[in-house]
Amino acid sequence: MSETTNAMLVGVGGQGTILASRVLAQLLLDAGFDVKMSEVHGMAQRGGSVTTHVRFGRRVAAPTISPGQAHFILAFECMEAARHSHYLREDGVIIANTRRIPSLPILIGREAYPDDIANRLAGRGVDVRWLDASAVAAGLGNVRVENTVLLGAFSTFLAFPEDAWKQALRTVIPAKHIELNLAAFAAGRRLTQQ
Amino acid sequence: MKTLMSGNEAIARGAWEAGVRFASAYPGTPSTEILENMAKYQEVRSQWSVNEKTALEAALGASLGGVRALCAMKHVGLNVAADPLFSSSYTGVNAGLVIVTADDPGCHSSQNEQDNRYYAQAAKLPLLEPSDSQEALDFARTAFELSEEYDTPVLLRVTTRVAHGKSPVATGPRTEATAPAYERTMAKHVLVPAVARPRHAAVEERLVQLQAYAESSPMNRIEWGSRRLGVVSSGVAYQYAREVLGDNASYLKLGMSFPFPDALARSFISQVEQVIVVEELEPFLEQAVRALGIDVKHPIEGKSLIPLTGELDSRTVALSLAPALAAAEGRPLGTASAPPDSGALGTVGELGNLSAPGREAEQVVGRPPMFCAGCPHRGVFYELGRLPVMVSGDIGCYALGAMPPFAAMDTCIDMGASIAAGLGFQTALDILRPGKPARTIAVIGDSTFFHSGMTGLLDAAYNSVGVITIILDNRITAMTGHQENPGSGFALSGAPAREAQLAALVRAIGIEMVQTVDPFDLAQVREAIAVAMGDPGPSVIIAHGPCALLRRLAVKRLAYQVDQDTCRKCKACLRVACPALCVEGDNVQIDAETCVGCGICSQVCRFDSIRQARAAEGGEE
Ligand SMILES: Cc1ncc(C[n+]2csc(CCOP(=O)(O)OP(=O)(O)O)c2C)c(N)n1
Repeated sequence: MSETTNAMLVGVGGQGTILASRVLAQLLLDAGFDVKMSEVHGMAQRGGSVTTHVRFGRRVAAPTISPGQAHFILAFECMEAARHSHYLREDGVIIANTRRIPSLPILIGREAYPDDIANRLAGRGVDVRWLDASAVAAGLGNVRVENTVLLGAFSTFLAFPEDAWKQALRTVIPAKHIELNLAAFAAGRRLTQQ
Repeated sequence: MKTLMSGNEAIARGAWEAGVRFASAYPGTPSTEILENMAKYQEVRSQWSVNEKTALEAALGASLGGVRALCAMKHVGLNVAADPLFSSSYTGVNAGLVIVTADDPGCHSSQNEQDNRYYAQAAKLPLLEPSDSQEALDFARTAFELSEEYDTPVLLRVTTRVAHGKSPVATGPRTEATAPAYERTMAKHVLVPAVARPRHAAVEERLVQLQAYAESSPMNRIEWGSRRLGVVSSGVAYQYAREVLGDNASYLKLGMSFPFPDALARSFISQVEQVIVVEELEPFLEQAVRALGIDVKHPIEGKSLIPLTGELDSRTVALSLAPALAAAEGRPLGTASAPPDSGALGTVGELGNLSAPGREAEQVVGRPPMFCAGCPHRGVFYELGRLPVMVSGDIGCYALGAMPPFAAMDTCIDMGASIAAGLGFQTALDILRPGKPARTIAVIGDSTFFHSGMTGLLDAAYNSVGVITIILDNRITAMTGHQENPGSGFALSGAPAREAQLAALVRAIGIEMVQTVDPFDLAQVREAIAVAMGDPGPSVIIAHGPCALLRRLAVKRLAYQVDQDTCRKCKACLRVACPALCVEGDNVQIDAETCVGCGICSQVCRFDSIRQARAAEGGEE
């Protein structure tokens, strides 16, 4: 089943990874793929790591991505990109937000936020495309749409027309937020479209 | 057009299509969304029960009364509901009764990873195990038919990845169901010994018939691929096996795994060269296969290869199978001519890819869950952490009180255990250190108190054991995602409900000293604990403050700020572990976006350097 494509969305509770993965899943369903998506609920709202696995192809069996199997990792937060990097295939790509969100051990002063993540990953030959989605979202007037900015950046790595993405956004995102999200998506695309 | 549904949504949909009219549950990950989705269907009376036992009793009553009923719970919930479960097997049903158990291999959000398939065996009930959302819907529908046809409750077992995993589903219309009018049937429903004895015989007879059904049920199927390897599997484990082996194996895919289809399995096994049972957790299927006692050319493998603990994934299955396959053949399966040591597994589905060594995990600072900004539990655990007491913990968001920097918990056992376990611990202290004022403090959430803490408190009152109980009344069942409960004032439907009066209830139980405190006021909390410790008897403190994420009770308060001029950089405020506080260089900063103004941090500052925004700004002007 090697024609299955595996994408992981990783971040911190509250960053909107789940909404982004719902848009992606909608796109894939509209395009006629078999899709499996897996996320673990539970303590997500309490500031823990959140991951969503999205797999698509002609026929998808397993609901989760194993280490070494992900073609893409869309990381919403810097440390989360590193934490999940072993899920990446040799030829996989991480699209990562540079945003840093301190976790409990850092907040209580027991550990420091690592400064060398980009270097560590580069040193191990991991292909990471860093972008500042939070700044782009803030520029659009709402940091909360960083998820859609990231999705836009990720969209240029998959062979779907931009219109199909917009359609999926319209299906999933409530009408009152759609214009802002379409703008965020377009801005995200520009970050990776050269 | 198919829609993407989680297994839980699909179960609710399937039950709705089957004409279900009553549904009950107590929340618990990964089962909670079943009832949350059910509540969207107007034709169904859906309710949160106070615990799994009452939920199942209610569903059984509804079934006997003549409406199709669904009851859902997490795996450990079935322990609580085990008593009615076993009895319901004897009473049988009138309208269909389906019980969903959502197991949690890997303990994503549970205290253990028990395998509830054994409950089907022990209670002698048919067991269905869907492996994706479409099957979840289809099996839920079928379960109601089976229930009525065989006069039995049906156990539908999902695991986290099926319950929360999403995949495309084709839906159907609802069919209303009709059951025979209720008739008093004492010979079946009044389980006194004289009734129970013949009912046991009837249950055994039913199992024989169910087994005959399992042999030809469309839920049990053989998928032929290479006959060199035969895989016996069920649930999500089947999906992992498929992923890894593709058409390089044949599969006996069991949707109905108890009673076990002996003849079908025998026939399958006789047509393959080697058998591997691939299943998560316990060797449930493997034991059934071994019990067949068949002599196959190759030994039957199962838990000899596949881990007994933890959750499976494709890679684990691939790594587990690879050596055995190579050994059995003298060469890796699927490679026509490669030498034994070539390690060339690449032709077997994804096996090659999946068993490659891969990258090592990057070590970065952990990201454990923590109390939210404005959480009412924070202050209580801050105070408890400073006291030389035994803290008898319980299950809920407040279990995070065990995390650093609070580390203020001695035990966390099962839902509702804190008070009775605290009673026991207090008794041990009383026996071993007579005359010393060593105390045990039980902490318990509102939902957990209603679930099964009340009975422990009654024990403490009745037996006069001086355990102190703090009820963390945050007005909601927070941990599982904000479900209503008898104290919250609302029902599952969102409609207003009768609100249980905690303080009155506690008094009626026989507790004389009942104090209610504002958990955002540390001095009040401290004082109340001191008063309780000064009294030898059992007493209760109700810490009454809403969950910070509960919108309807949210109070808008100004954010706090650190006055860097007077701050002595002692970092005492970091001991409240608030996500709004972080260190930048030597300074502690409060993120105005995250701070909800609860003020706990300002109360632990000895230099009065943390003040609400307006006050601080005023000072600068
Ligand atoms: C027998 C059982 N049923 C359900 C659960 C799932 N569960 C864990 S914590 C919890 C809710 C706790 O709510 P509450 O006591 O109000 O505390 P809060 O999370 O609001 O602080 C539930 C339902 C469980 N662990 N065990």
